[in-house]
Amino acid sequence: MFHGWIGSWLYLADEEFDELCFEFGLELDEITSEKEIISKEQGNEKAEGASDVVLYKIDVPANRYDLLCLEGLVRGLQVFKERIKAPVYKRVTPNGEIQKLIITEETARIRPYAVAAVLRNIKFTKDRYDSFIELQEKLHQNICRKRALVAIGTHDLDTLSGPFTYTAKRPSDIKFKPLNKTKEYTACELMNIYKTDNHLKHYLHIIENKPLFPVIYDSNGVVLSMPPIINGNHSKITVNTRNVFIECTGTDFTKAKIVLDVIVTMFSEYCENPFMVEAAEVVFPNGKSYIFPELAYRKEIVRADLINKKVGIRETPENIAKLLTRMHLKSEVIGDGNQIEIEIPPTRADVIHACDIVEDAAIAYGYNNIQMALPKTYTIANQFPLNKLTELLRYDMAAAGFTEALTFALCSQEDIADKLGLDISATKAVHISNPKTAEFQVARTTLLPGLLKTIAANRKMPLPLKLFEISDIVVKDSSRDVGARNYRHLCAVYYNKNPGFEIIHGLLDRIMQLLNVPPGEKKGGYVIKASEGAAFFPGRCAEILARGQSIGKLGVLHPDVITKFELTMPCSSLEINIEPFL
Amino acid sequence: MADGPVAEVLLRQLATADGGLDSAELAAKLGVEHQAVVGAVKSLQALGEIIEAELRSTKRWELTAEGEEIAREGSHEARVFRSIPPEGLAQSELMRLPSGKVGFSKAMSNKWIRVDKSAADGPRVFRVVDSVEDEVQRRLQLVQGGQAEKLGEKERSELRKRKLLTEVTLKTYWVSKGSAFSTSISKQETELSPEMISSGSWRDRPFKPYNFLAHGVLPDSGHLHPLLKVRTQFRQIFLEMGFTEMPTDNFIESSFWNFDALFQPQQHPARDQHDTFFLRDPAEALQLPMDYVHRVKRTHSQGGYGSQGYKYNWKLEEARKNLLRTHTTSASARALYRLAQKKPFTPAKYFSIDRVFRNETLDATHLAEFHQIEGVVADHGLTLGHLMGVLREFFTKLGITQLRFKPAYNPYTEPSMEVFSYHQGQGGTWSWEGEGCLRLPTLSPGPFHCQAHSQAHCQTQHHPHDLPCPSPSSTGLRKWVEVGNSGIFRPEMLLPMGLPENVSVIAWGLSLERPTMIKYGINNIRELVGHKVNLQMVYDSPLCRLDAEPGPPRTQGTA
Repeated sequence: MFHGWIGSWLYLADEEFDELCFEFGLELDEITSEKEIISKEQGNEKAEGASDVVLYKIDVPANRYDLLCLEGLVRGLQVFKERIKAPVYKRVTPNGEIQKLIITEETARIRPYAVAAVLRNIKFTKDRYDSFIELQEKLHQNICRKRALVAIGTHDLDTLSGPFTYTAKRPSDIKFKPLNKTKEYTACELMNIYKTDNHLKHYLHIIENKPLFPVIYDSNGVVLSMPPIINGNHSKITVNTRNVFIECTGTDFTKAKIVLDVIVTMFSEYCENPFMVEAAEVVFPNGKSYIFPELAYRKEIVRADLINKKVGIRETPENIAKLLTRMHLKSEVIGDGNQIEIEIPPTRADVIHACDIVEDAAIAYGYNNIQMALPKTYTIANQFPLNKLTELLRYDMAAAGFTEALTFALCSQEDIADKLGLDISATKAVHISNPKTAEFQVARTTLLPGLLKTIAANRKMPLPLKLFEISDIVVKDSSRDVGARNYRHLCAVYYNKNPGFEIIHGLLDRIMQLLNVPPGEKKGGYVIKASEGAAFFPGRCAEILARGQSIGKLGVLHPDVITKFELTMPCSSLEINIEPFL
Repeated sequence: MADGPVAEVLLRQLATADGGLDSAELAAKLGVEHQAVVGAVKSLQALGEIIEAELRSTKRWELTAEGEEIAREGSHEARVFRSIPPEGLAQSELMRLPSGKVGFSKAMSNKWIRVDKSAADGPRVFRVVDSVEDEVQRRLQLVQGGQAEKLGEKERSELRKRKLLTEVTLKTYWVSKGSAFSTSISKQETELSPEMISSGSWRDRPFKPYNFLAHGVLPDSGHLHPLLKVRTQFRQIFLEMGFTEMPTDNFIESSFWNFDALFQPQQHPARDQHDTFFLRDPAEALQLPMDYVHRVKRTHSQGGYGSQGYKYNWKLEEARKNLLRTHTTSASARALYRLAQKKPFTPAKYFSIDRVFRNETLDATHLAEFHQIEGVVADHGLTLGHLMGVLREFFTKLGITQLRFKPAYNPYTEPSMEVFSYHQGQGGTWSWEGEGCLRLPTLSPGPFHCQAHSQAHCQTQHHPHDLPCPSPSSTGLRKWVEVGNSGIFRPEMLLPMGLPENVSVIAWGLSLERPTMIKYGINNIRELVGHKVNLQMVYDSPLCRLDAEPGPPRTQGTA
């Protein structure tokens, strides 16, 4: 969500801006206003008095952290439109003493990494300040993985006095006045208070139950923050803050460095010396000291013909260098005139391989300007044999008067066990560890419950109901790499005022006819033999033996099964594994 | 039966009648019940065009039983008057007469009689006038004589109030000669029989005409499920294009094949419990191709093959976690890995259509399982232009011709492009009418795990694929709508498998449900998939002809 007329900043009408977004890989979802949103969600009355400043809803690709705030988005599009040149981000060492953050070894087991930087002489306005806060929130939500990997703290440096210490302490030993509170609390108390905080409660689990909590102090013992939960109120930044101390702590060092780079590259624009970022020193427990932000520019060399070949265009190296420069990747032709040297700025952490550079060249060239072509790849098509057999059988099942159902592969334990008179342990079912509802506890081990549920939902239809399904079931199988496998089953049910065993039996005979399996016990034939099954009425169940193996059962369903599936009529069914017939 | 004497008489009368005759008149003429004539008319009608009969209804006044009695014997008041001798009659005696009570009060109000209450042996009734005119009887006799029209409206309604008159509707037929009029009638045959064929009697027999407006009897038949009919057509399209079907009969997959092999980092939000069904039992994969696993590990954690990698601590236990596959791209990864082991490299075109599973919040367009369609081409020197060319051919076979490509982000393709089609509305092959607020992730789940998008979204509450609600209109959306997702697999995915460096693999994906919902005009996915579908919808669903013009859009209530 971006405030204000981005289009007008870029001197573009809405339609042109929409077009530009599409070309650049953004999705302009909607142009709206706070008023419009409220009136849509809560009605016109509630919207009375809300702001009608124009808002843009834009989807940004998940890996483009540099486009998450208005500053970066406008900068990116300006460079793309060649209105401005990409700024050069510089880390500068202060004339006075460098801000120092010392990491103690207690952090090692909970949140071992920290990086820091200073934005000196920054000038916030209301909009800039809001954008600054919003960017941190967006980063927290995605690259920081809801603060689990990285947490950001920003502070009014003028209220603090370095050097800073990043350590970990027992929660009962941490006491401070947290952001927007008027009194001091211990960390234990805070964890309790925030349990009911709609925003913060989602982050508590990251450190909850740990013996030590991470905490950052200044040289006077003032708490800057207790990452990843809350900052101290003392160093709170405001619109009037001139010097911002930024710390990022986390469990992923690479991501912490990227997050810091993103924040400082985006907002150093408002510093007295734009795009200049004051360095901070971080001393690790092993005594090694690093200077941040990294703001590293990396150089890659890619041959122009590789880009042409991957995209399917024929551009000169010079043109390709220009295309890449428009994508914030400053490029020039070097060497033999076919090589392009590309400078990857600290804002483009997403560029990790030449293929990322190829994509940027293609975007700048315009996807829709690329000449389409058909590959010369000559191949002979084959069907997957199991699916081929399935397709053939489906048609003949319908020709035999049965209607195809399509039921879910996931279901409750009850469906495959209790309702069929089985114990769940006897099913060899695979179990899902995190189902949101009972409907997704297990993968089905039989197609029958799905068909019976289909009938239950269609009891008003004229009888008889004749249904079938040919689909996969799943059972545990330790001979498979994942410890489970699918089987392709064929299941059919007949539901009427009479059980119709002879109809299901006849269907089996027809299936065997189709599969060219003759009746009889001799080799290659099929027979049915009296058997028992929990789901079947005693004496009305038979096992199906074909080509020397048991492939399934048929019979009249037990009245308990019929009742448990909320049915009222007699019903017979058949279920076989069709894989032996491949 | 038409051979009754009435029918024959009717036909003879009709032969000489001028224009036609009225059934009621005929009944009166013949002295038979009207119903007998009506029966004759109906049986003659059933024989075809012998007669034409037009139903007419006429209204008529008739006397009630009491009315008839009065017409015959006089009104109650007249009868009271006549029963009183000149010397009068005791009132108690008068009241015992049949017409006493009603006639007394009426005769009193007519001032025909008077009561002397001072008489010695109780009240006594005397005549006041010498003679009376029985107007009621006269009027009823007029009606009886068929001259009801001679009475005024007021007089008739007064008689009706006294329940002496009643108005009846008489249905009569105006019978005239039909196109096959004949005075000699014979019974028409309803159906041709084997005997008629063998005897040849069909030549001489008249046959009863068919009513072609009636519905036929639907055949007793089985039916294929509409979604799977669409699946068959997609398979057909891939086979026509020379694509080989990949095995996908393994719903359970390891995180390794589902994510790690695709260079999807272990902290990726798609690997979150909220998005993916993990398994409790069997919780972990038993075997992984360890050589390959090490190459994948190195690429993630340190880079290689020209990549910087993700630079994080890659964990084998994370890769071993079993799950319900979130996309069929895991099957594509296995197929490409197998292809990489074959030396020398041979180009390949693969496809699959099968179920995938997401631990998503369910709504009208999202279920926990759906079908994913995926196409893959592996060959030397494939370009983005080739990907677009293949997509153009594929979508043309679906009847979608206007395509546009938008840059996108997928974790394992680079470059990546979303495929958009212009929705023209009516007249186009794909009717996107009345879709309401359909969300699109089921349209293009993959090969690209769209959950990735929602995380880096500017607007966190807003789903990345939520479209502004198009209002159904006769002119269609007139806008570009996403129809699929595509890209070139990253080298970090392909090179650790052992594929040669100059081999590129292009791929695209879409869901089976979304185009089917559009094809059949279904707004709620539960009306299409699962046990709650209405079997009538399955019975009634037409052939799936993806490139043919659509029928009229179905309304919501018919499913």
